[in-house]
Amino acid sequence: MTDSKQPLHVRHIVWLLISLALVTAPHIERLPWWLVGLVITLATWRAYLGYARLPLPGRWLLLFVVVGATAGVYFNYRTIFGRDAGIALLVVMLALKLLETRVLRDAMLLTFLGYFLVITNFLYSQTIPTALYMLACTWVITATMIGLQHTRYEPPFRVQLRTAGVLLAQCTPLMLVLFLLFPRVSGPLWGLPQDAYSGVTGLSDTMTPGSLSSLILSDAVAFRVRFDSKIPPSKLLYWRGPVMWEFDGRTWTAPRAPYGSTEFTTNSTPVLYEVTLEPHSKRWLFALDIPGTVPPRARPSADFQLLALEPVNTRIRYEMASFLDYNYGISENRLALRRALSLPEGFNPRTIELGRKLRAEHANDRDVVRAALAMFHDEKFFYTLTPPMLLGNNPVDEFLFETRSGFCEHYSSAFAVLMRAAGLPTRIVTGYQGGEINQLGNYLIVRQADAHAWAEVWLRSEGWVRFDPTAAVSPLRVEAGISAAVPRTDPLPLLVRADFKALRQLSLTWDLMANAWNQWVLGYTPERQRLLLSRVGIDDATWHSLALILFCSTLFVVLVLSALMLRQLKTRVRDPARIAYLRFCDKLRRVGLPRHPAEGPEDYARRLEGVRPDLAAAVATITLLYVRLRYSAGGSADALGQLRRQVRQFTA
Amino acid sequence: MYAALKNQIHSWLFQLGGPEPGVIVLVQRRVFILPTRHGLVFACVLLLLLAGSINYNLSLGFVLTFLLSAMGINAMIYTFRNLANLRLSGGRARPVFAGESARFVVNVENGSEADRYSIGLTRDKKEAEFVDVLARTTVAVSVGVPAPRRGLLTPGRLTLFTRYPMGLYYAWAYLTLDMHCIVYPRPAPPGLPLPEAASSSGEGAEHGRGQEDFSGLRQYHRGDSPRHIAWKVAARDQGLFTKQFTGRAETELWLDWNVLPPGLSAEDKLSRLARWVLDAYAAGLSFGLRIPGRTVDIGTGEMQREHCLEALALYDIDR
Repeated sequence: MTDSKQPLHVRHIVWLLISLALVTAPHIERLPWWLVGLVITLATWRAYLGYARLPLPGRWLLLFVVVGATAGVYFNYRTIFGRDAGIALLVVMLALKLLETRVLRDAMLLTFLGYFLVITNFLYSQTIPTALYMLACTWVITATMIGLQHTRYEPPFRVQLRTAGVLLAQCTPLMLVLFLLFPRVSGPLWGLPQDAYSGVTGLSDTMTPGSLSSLILSDAVAFRVRFDSKIPPSKLLYWRGPVMWEFDGRTWTAPRAPYGSTEFTTNSTPVLYEVTLEPHSKRWLFALDIPGTVPPRARPSADFQLLALEPVNTRIRYEMASFLDYNYGISENRLALRRALSLPEGFNPRTIELGRKLRAEHANDRDVVRAALAMFHDEKFFYTLTPPMLLGNNPVDEFLFETRSGFCEHYSSAFAVLMRAAGLPTRIVTGYQGGEINQLGNYLIVRQADAHAWAEVWLRSEGWVRFDPTAAVSPLRVEAGISAAVPRTDPLPLLVRADFKALRQLSLTWDLMANAWNQWVLGYTPERQRLLLSRVGIDDATWHSLALILFCSTLFVVLVLSALMLRQLKTRVRDPARIAYLRFCDKLRRVGLPRHPAEGPEDYARRLEGVRPDLAAAVATITLLYVRLRYSAGGSADALGQLRRQVRQFTA
Repeated sequence: MYAALKNQIHSWLFQLGGPEPGVIVLVQRRVFILPTRHGLVFACVLLLLLAGSINYNLSLGFVLTFLLSAMGINAMIYTFRNLANLRLSGGRARPVFAGESARFVVNVENGSEADRYSIGLTRDKKEAEFVDVLARTTVAVSVGVPAPRRGLLTPGRLTLFTRYPMGLYYAWAYLTLDMHCIVYPRPAPPGLPLPEAASSSGEGAEHGRGQEDFSGLRQYHRGDSPRHIAWKVAARDQGLFTKQFTGRAETELWLDWNVLPPGLSAEDKLSRLARWVLDAYAAGLSFGLRIPGRTVDIGTGEMQREHCLEALALYDIDR
């Protein structure tokens, strides 16, 4: 129809620009500068053309910009597909569409694209602030859309915002029903672009001096843990991650196909807990040493890393049981033990010599280990986040005999080389150590800053035994966490430092909310949906039953909402005299003498007199009172009371 | 056959019927609603959002998708509510000449507590007039209907519609109000000389009423031109008087059907008579009209003009 071709008012353009700018704003830091500049220029131009009532630019110019911008995006990202490049293109096209927006139809399309842009923001962040901000954006877009429908005089934007707010608020119950009951399938439906999950931090499968300390500077949450019982002491909280076997003199690497066995014996009771792991785009699932169960859709590797079948690209939750007291790998195979002894030829000769010396001095394996740890403890070794660079070819030698200040990766690496040189099979385990207890919610927060590396030495008759050389140097590190262990001058993220009490308290409160958000909103998975349904008594919900439940509850909510909204439409009678009179008419209607719509009170009375002479007196009184109250000036409260009384007493 | 069936279905579905007198209340059964093209596009956008949310496992994507879906459903209730329970009645339509466009006024009464915005009235779905009807108000909205022929014009079936608030749905109601507009014959081109006035019999020319010189006041009669009312006198609360003028003393100008050449068709005659009425009125003359079956007595002023034109409009037409 014609009015989808109705030209736009400049006010519409301005609100479109504002709502699109709001929703694009979070993308700006991720977009190349030239693109941001281009988009701002185009938007400003459109606003100016609107104000000055000038014609919009011709198609050729726009086509030229399209081609230019697409080429620019291609050169910038080396592709025009994928998440980042796709969004960059979308933003440019949106700005260009603005320059083509003349009529209502174009504007409607732009608001739809605005909604679409909202969801692109969730690809990068789904935190509470993002959610609130995007809710605000949705609100403004909706208000803009409502504004477009005001064909005549347009009320102030405040009124539109109110209408949109009420509209969205009324949608909340239905939204909740759909959110909880809509059958969830786990994605992806199609292949995700390469860059879908870039930019997440976490451990890697190699360890060089300095690789962990960059992680330590991040206060990002790695995972959160809720224990079923009391939280074990910090010095027992070793969260097992990648295990490294191969050493090239400088870098430790986790082999593609790990060696070893996962046999263990224990006579302790397991610790039960639930881990909510943040995405880190690798396959490791973290668990306390040593895991007694394997989470679903994961398998243990031979050296007891827990590996998910697919990279962890979304926040996942898994139940775990771990044994903190165990004997592991006593009957380890010879091949694995030989791997755990190999050292590259010609590197770090002084360390190797020291290892051999230790071996010669002590007959017992354990004494060898003890001597090495004693060396770290007794001699002048320093624990610091800012160690001197190790630039030589023999970094372990350099560290052990010269700089002597370093960090868990330095210590574990040196210790492992030393042990291998002494003839004890040793491997390096990386992961996290400790964590912060959030008293408010009684759960443990493990941050990237808690990243740690330690060693496992294989002792005959005991199997793989964990030794933490860092603990020998700085016992505080494992007992009280990193903030207690490093000097105050070392750069640590604000939230990890111990000295800002109030700030930490605030941050813990915030983390509690974030955790609840993660668990119940972001972590509402097919499993959780099934759990919820089984809790209300619907076990084994199939697609069919779920669809039926969904349909019925949707229908129910919609019906209630319509009833509430259409109730407002009843013409409300405000005049008390009229209310009384209508009650009188109602009484007569029930005995089959309704008043005709076009019949006045006096005509009605006259007619009634004819059919029911017995009522004539009462009818006449009521009619007279009513007519006086309603049509003559200055009806008194007294007369109103009388009318009410008469009507009450009236029986037909 | 097919067309007849379609008509049947239409008139059953939309409850089409003849003109309805009085007030039409838009009860539930009278308001129809369908998604607009924008609504369908919106549904596609929702599907896209849903697919994206599943694919990227975006919980907040689901929240947004479901919020917007709920909004889509809610918008339907809003759009329906925007029309429901309105009370419509036909207003007056000013007479027009054939070839002009008649404007039918429909009064839209909103007795409810909810404001209604952007309600359009259209006849041909090409042109529409929009009104906002706030709570407990009545607003007039008009629709233009071309009037090609003289006679009585009815607006036919009108459509009251709205797309407010989101533009995703189109709600409408058909109105066949019992209204009509008188369409005067199209006047012949100007320049047609008036017929000879039958000179008044014996009374002398001095009483002739013209417009040149003021000659006094007389009691106001219905139909006197408001231009000639002595407003100053009226303002002094002494009653309504009409100023009398003397001028060219022509009285009893009869605009007679039979004076016209007999070869002309009836419509041509009517159109010449209409021209004469206009000219005579413009000249401030007193005139009467004689057409077969109807005679309008000598009179003057606007009322006389309207009487005569109405008589011409309704010549040979059953009311």
